[in-house]
Amino acid sequence: MVAIVDYGVGNLFSLLCSLKSVGADAIVTDDAATLRRADKLILPGVGAFGDAAKKLRDSGLDTVICEEAKNGKDLMGICLGMQLLFEKSYEYGEHDGLGLLKGRIIGMEGTIPAGLKIPHIGWNALHFANPSPLFRFIKENDCVYFVHSFYAVDCEESLIATAEYGKELTAAVQKGNVCGCQFHPEKSGKVGLNILRAFCEGDKA
Amino acid sequence: MITKRIIPCLDVRNGRVVKGVNFEGVSDVSSPIDLANYYSRSGADELVFYDITASFEGRKLFTDILRDVASQIFIPLTVGGGINTVDDFERVLTCGADKVSVNSGAIRDPDLIHRAAKRYGDQCVVLSVDVKRVDGVFRVFAKGGRENTGLEAIEWIRRGVSLGAGEIVVNSIDTDGVKNGFDLEMLEQVLNAVNVPVIASGGAGDVKDFVELFTRLPTIDAGLAASIFHFGEVEIPALKKVLAENNINVRC
Repeated sequence: MVAIVDYGVGNLFSLLCSLKSVGADAIVTDDAATLRRADKLILPGVGAFGDAAKKLRDSGLDTVICEEAKNGKDLMGICLGMQLLFEKSYEYGEHDGLGLLKGRIIGMEGTIPAGLKIPHIGWNALHFANPSPLFRFIKENDCVYFVHSFYAVDCEESLIATAEYGKELTAAVQKGNVCGCQFHPEKSGKVGLNILRAFCEGDKA
Repeated sequence: MITKRIIPCLDVRNGRVVKGVNFEGVSDVSSPIDLANYYSRSGADELVFYDITASFEGRKLFTDILRDVASQIFIPLTVGGGINTVDDFERVLTCGADKVSVNSGAIRDPDLIHRAAKRYGDQCVVLSVDVKRVDGVFRVFAKGGRENTGLEAIEWIRRGVSLGAGEIVVNSIDTDGVKNGFDLEMLEQVLNAVNVPVIASGGAGDVKDFVELFTRLPTIDAGLAASIFHFGEVEIPALKKVLAENNINVRC
């Protein structure tokens, strides 16, 4: 079973449907016992980092996610959910993330060339930085759908793909059983579904 | 680099896709779910659904259809029509919409943009504007293009962005349904005024209109059209092939 962590952030309907469409036995839950029983976890998220991190902590599910990930359970963060896997974010202040991956989250404002629109919205090509089992059903330059204004840096040890938007922005990360996509695989057509399928069917990397 | 988006727009009334010519003379085109599936397979980068139903029953039917579409089509979905309150945002977002487009509702209550952006993020709020030249000035029209609000369009769009709109759809009433090309003059002024994604709507008649749009206005983000896609006059795979041949970056 693949469990989507429900901590009151955003709408999980599309994500749930996309997982079902690749044949996964997926559920949305905020129940710690169910999350511990699940084979794989997905941490979604939209909105601001500080709010989401607080909601996750208040729900107590942050501990469950960290413990399960440290015990080797496959975990995928999506969009803001990916950003939460890192140590810190500088989105409107300074906030602690889950610290499962090395790196921090910074804003595009002032760190990408001027003149580019922020947020980075739309379909962009994936450039592979390191091989990953997540990519076994897709190819280099396949396009995926992004919507974000902040991005991960100093994350070389987990970086597996970038997308070019004035500079190479972190698009996907993976280290052992913990992975994440800055883009929305559940909104990225066939390519996105193939990434979710690779995660759901994946043997541990 | 980010790709230029091609977006079919589906106007839905009583469960069917319709398309007006200059907003009048509606004709039934097809089933929303069949058409959405077809477009997704053809390489549409996003779909826009406008609910042009007036009745309560029709609205319920629309959200049922939206839910069906969102459960089988995994590309971004924008929903508009009848969005007047934050509750309306909630209603369509829980059915699988990714972005919500406001038009007349935001003209009546501009703060709606701010409240929705605060709750769901700027990226979720699309300001759709129907614009028509009146005595040489771009004016904002409401109620499906029937009512001149008197608002100056560029000023209204700037204000919408400052309130939190994360994307702008500019629909030129002057070129809509005429099929003689997008309103480049109007779009250029909007692009110069704001730094959020701008989607061109109204006037596409054939493939070369899209080539002209993206070539003449390199910072435009997307082209939206309805009837030329619904009637098969322009097929998306062929359109994208021609765009790529013209060095316009598209998703293949």
